[in-house]
Amino acid sequence: MDIAGPTTHDRKAERWQRLFSGELALTALKRSFILLRPDIQWQNPVMFVVEVGAILTLAFILRIKFAAMAAPVSLSYFLALDIWLWLTVLFANFATAFAEERGRAQAAYLRHTRVGTTAKRLRADGNTEEVASIQLKPGDEVVVGPGDVIPGDGEVIDGVASVDESAITGESAPVIREAGGDRSGVTGGTTILSDRIIVRIVAGYGESFLDRMIALVEGAVRQRTPNEIALTLVLTAFTLIFLIVVVPLWPMAYSAEQYMTSYLGLSTPLRSLGTDVPTLVALVVCLIPTTIGALLAAIGIAGMDRALRANIIAKSGNAVETAGDVDIVLLDKTGTITLGARRASKFLPLGGATERELCTAAALASVADRTPEGQSIVTAALAGGVPQDAIIAPDKSKFIEFSAQTRMSGIDLPDGRQIRKGAPDAVMALLRRLGATPPPGLDLEIANAAAEGATPLLVVDGNRALGAIVLQDTLKPKIAERVAQLRQMGLRTIMVTGDNRLTAATIAKRAGVDDFLAEATPERKLEFLRKEQAEGKLVAMMGDGTNDAPALAQADVGLAMNAGTQAAKEAGNMVDLDSDPTKLIEVVGIGKELLMTRGALTTFSIANDVAKYFAIVPALFAATLPWLKVVDIMHLHSPTSAILSAVIFNALIIPLLIPVALKGVRYRPIGADALLRRNLLVWGVGGMVAPFIGIKLIDMVMVALNLVA
Amino acid sequence: MWTLPILLLALTILLSIPLSRYFAWVMDGQLKSPGPIAWIEARLNSGKQNWKQYVIAMLAFTAVLFVYGYAVLCLQPVAPLNPLGRGILAPSTIFNTVISFMTNTNLQHYAGDQHLSNFSQIFFILPNMFLSASIGFCALTAIIRAFRGEALVGNFFVDMWRVVFYIYLPASLIIGCIFMHEGMPMTYASERTVTTLEPAAMGTDNQGQAKPQNIIVGPVAATIPIKMLGTNGGGFYGMNSAHPLENPTALSNFVTTFAMMIFPFSLVLMYGRMLGRIRHSVVIYCVMLAMMIGLIWWTVDWDTLRPNPAFTGTATAQNYEIADASARRGRRTITLPAVASLPVEQHLGNLEGKELRFGTSAGAVFAAVTTDVTCGAVNAEHDSLNPIASLAPFIGMWLNCVFGGKGVGMINLLLFLIVGVFLAGQMVGRSPEYLGRKVGAREMKLAVIALLVHPFLILGPSGLFAATDWGTKAESNAGPHGFSQIVYQYSSSSANNGSAFDGLGVTYGFNDNANPAPEAVPLDIGTGLVMLFSRYLPIIAPIAMAFFLGRKKVAPASLGTMRDDTATFGFLLLGTILIIGALLFLPVAALGPLAEQLGPIPFGG
Repeated sequence: MDIAGPTTHDRKAERWQRLFSGELALTALKRSFILLRPDIQWQNPVMFVVEVGAILTLAFILRIKFAAMAAPVSLSYFLALDIWLWLTVLFANFATAFAEERGRAQAAYLRHTRVGTTAKRLRADGNTEEVASIQLKPGDEVVVGPGDVIPGDGEVIDGVASVDESAITGESAPVIREAGGDRSGVTGGTTILSDRIIVRIVAGYGESFLDRMIALVEGAVRQRTPNEIALTLVLTAFTLIFLIVVVPLWPMAYSAEQYMTSYLGLSTPLRSLGTDVPTLVALVVCLIPTTIGALLAAIGIAGMDRALRANIIAKSGNAVETAGDVDIVLLDKTGTITLGARRASKFLPLGGATERELCTAAALASVADRTPEGQSIVTAALAGGVPQDAIIAPDKSKFIEFSAQTRMSGIDLPDGRQIRKGAPDAVMALLRRLGATPPPGLDLEIANAAAEGATPLLVVDGNRALGAIVLQDTLKPKIAERVAQLRQMGLRTIMVTGDNRLTAATIAKRAGVDDFLAEATPERKLEFLRKEQAEGKLVAMMGDGTNDAPALAQADVGLAMNAGTQAAKEAGNMVDLDSDPTKLIEVVGIGKELLMTRGALTTFSIANDVAKYFAIVPALFAATLPWLKVVDIMHLHSPTSAILSAVIFNALIIPLLIPVALKGVRYRPIGADALLRRNLLVWGVGGMVAPFIGIKLIDMVMVALNLVA
Repeated sequence: MWTLPILLLALTILLSIPLSRYFAWVMDGQLKSPGPIAWIEARLNSGKQNWKQYVIAMLAFTAVLFVYGYAVLCLQPVAPLNPLGRGILAPSTIFNTVISFMTNTNLQHYAGDQHLSNFSQIFFILPNMFLSASIGFCALTAIIRAFRGEALVGNFFVDMWRVVFYIYLPASLIIGCIFMHEGMPMTYASERTVTTLEPAAMGTDNQGQAKPQNIIVGPVAATIPIKMLGTNGGGFYGMNSAHPLENPTALSNFVTTFAMMIFPFSLVLMYGRMLGRIRHSVVIYCVMLAMMIGLIWWTVDWDTLRPNPAFTGTATAQNYEIADASARRGRRTITLPAVASLPVEQHLGNLEGKELRFGTSAGAVFAAVTTDVTCGAVNAEHDSLNPIASLAPFIGMWLNCVFGGKGVGMINLLLFLIVGVFLAGQMVGRSPEYLGRKVGAREMKLAVIALLVHPFLILGPSGLFAATDWGTKAESNAGPHGFSQIVYQYSSSSANNGSAFDGLGVTYGFNDNANPAPEAVPLDIGTGLVMLFSRYLPIIAPIAMAFFLGRKKVAPASLGTMRDDTATFGFLLLGTILIIGALLFLPVAALGPLAEQLGPIPFGG
């Protein structure tokens, strides 16, 4: 599934290169030795057992060497065994250290690449100076004019402006921000559309929420997720189970030796590898789930890391995991499902005006309008056949800009015609003031347009209503496919919008979402969340505004946009640095991949054991029950080469699977049943077959290199 | 050959469908019993219990059963209905027997017809068979209720009453009538003296008169139905279901085999019915059935269709080169000479230790079924099965969930299921869920604790006994065969199965026995402890697990959740059981049955 949204690919490629540098590997290598410290190693019980086994084997070697203890096979076998046991532990530590280092490098890079915009800072003398926004400190006052990007989170202390917050809030309609009252907060990254305001900055660079998050990732303060804790527990239980299997093998093998000695009438007791402690250690190490035990931490860190690469900062690993479990996704209409900016789609002439007349007037009123909506009207008029020269505003024309007070814009032509376009109620009020009656059928047209999910604008020429322009939110390209994909993943999609039911229903139908929540207020959103959660469903949502904060906190996955308010970012459990409303889909994919990788590698690890048994069991009893050779279907060279091959395979599979652990097993939205079947085949059946081939190959290589007796 | 197993399976499957509906109906308390019975049930009802209270009630009940059983067996010499004057059993044997019957194992370190009076048969064996068999049934019911999200899992005593009086008693009556019709004794008398057909079969007395034969009889037809239905397996006679009075005809053998299968089969479907997830239980049913068919096929194929390797011999000498530090150049060659085959007609397979009255495949089929459903009754000598065929009874006990005992088999399967769901379930990209509920650390802890008990209690003591006199002096044959005997004894104890491989000297007999089996006491105590520990922990932990899982919120199923009613899920479950089972017991299987089968004859006796 292509879950990568419209993020910058070149940036990613560059970062990848950086992450696979040799320097990183070297640091990780050093760290893997530090991790050998028993008190640290203890945190990974599976690998701790391997380390204890390696130490035990070492002690055994020393006893053979210096206490001249009798051993059934040569010393070099024990040495090789011990080296590979240590390597197993080191490989595991390397996997963990490498993932950790990568996460750290990510965070550092993230901080490094943060760039700021420029701001016009107000000086004490009343003049402004250009400064980089990263230099802004809390308390600084900046002047922001039309078309400017607000440089940081702040508060309007003077003026009133309409602000396009669609980049953050996703709402296409401009919002009014004014000094005093509860509409004074502005967010960094939003754009002023009209008027000029003075903003007092409240959060300085380096103190923002984002900075604290980066520090969190960097510190690698990794709390284990509940799922990881449960899995560690199961792995520990498996370790215990295999100890239970192997420990009694010693007396059992001993009894077989006793019996065979007397059966053959030997004077010296027969020794088999079954009573040889290092060999039994090797058996334990091969059977316990070392593969997943080695890679478990790396998988978790890599999950966080993958989120980070998608420009998402997760407050905890648990948040990423929960994303995989989500049942319902709340998608904001504007910005996620629709493009956000509304475009002129239709002209509806009224009261005897021709369409040509309406188009020309509307276009004339819009030529100076730099908003996307205004431009779209001009484009639509041209496409509708209005000649280019008909919409060139004559000299001495006066443009009336949109303002929050009048809620209309237009043009005063030199011949005295006053063309206005704007919100229906504002324009109607203007008509009434001019003593004209709105043409019949106008209300109906407006209602119809609204029912289709569109916004009508009225156009008047003096006191004569010419008709309406229908502005429509256009669906994002491929959004219907994405929604269908989400459904295939088993997720219910709910569109959330402030629009009325009729508008919402139309858009919902076109986008193919499962349901919608119209006229959504923060309270209704919260209520909806609680209702769904009471039914056991996990809900993901994206939010930005302060009034989204309660819902973000309530949601199981609350993805706050970085451009959103501080409150929203505090409430959510993830922050999207791109403030991309479609990111939610990506987050779910990352969560699923994390869980899948864990499941796949665990299954692989356990399935591997079957083949190892076939190699080791006949080798253990080769001296006492040689006819068990029949079980050795791989036809390995000798008992010692069989055991060494199994141990080497067991060790080598760890570094071989590091890329899988870091990249993750790919999620495919093909339905759970098909996915399970696929993964069972690849990781379950594959996990059973692979070691048969691997062990045989290693054995052949060792024989070819003359390394085994 | 195959007619018997096919008929058996077909009939059991057919009848398990309506029976499971009846079980669910009874356990949900929808059976309106007549006045006096309902009155007793109402008196027993002390109110609904939470899982802890339920478990405590169960343990208290068991403790009472233990004390009661001990008292009865100790009172045998002075109690009535003992015209043959049976004395008191050895203390270790009493310990073993009381636990054995209390835990539904019915491992018998004594012979019923030689060591027990009718008083003990009636007051010790019979109530234990009804009551211990009900505990697993009750536990499963409690687990189902917990899975349904009920915080109060029912009343243990009411459940017990329902199982015994509405399910076991009527079924035992019906089966008992069939058995009596087939010629099973049902009397308070202790022995019948008969003149043998062949005049001097029992020898002659001093006067040259032919001695009569004394045949032990008793209330056999009362105990045998519940012995089978309750998957108890403890025979009235030492020879168990191979004895002509305990299993008189081919028909009684068929009914006997059917009776031990029917309840475990039905209970799986009851699980689905009570949870409202019938398709899920059908998948589990099919997985169990596939394993059972596989095991029956394995035993019949290797035992009934192939000759005994001890008689066929080996045509050529076998040479094996082995490493041996004490030999020259560190290598030694073992030569196993060719063995001539014995002139034994074997086209009917291995006939040693079989009751041919029942048909050629009856012994093999019975051996597989009795170990799958943890019944433990036997109608053939498992010791005499072809070594490799004996793997099937071993595997049945090791997995312990091929239908398994009533209730406990299903509970054991749930443990494998939870582990399978946890490991592989994540591969659909969601954290593991069962019945729509997230499986967390606490549930996994309880599941793996229960899962650990079984291998620990089989492999630990087997290793200990195999390497010491406790085992080596008790086995009838040294080497792999004797090893199999020891492993079998502990597998049977831990699986609460109760069947015996035989050949292991486990019988001490009466306390005054001057010549007991040399290692009977350690074996009595060892297996006794294993039976005790392997019974309750694997019941209590799953009840707790079900409770903690059941109180979680249920997430509705969607396209993204793993479905538990598909063939894919069935394969996942089967794979989990087989792989984990193989990983745990493969070394032991190699050291015992495999080594014996592949080894030279007469290697291992």
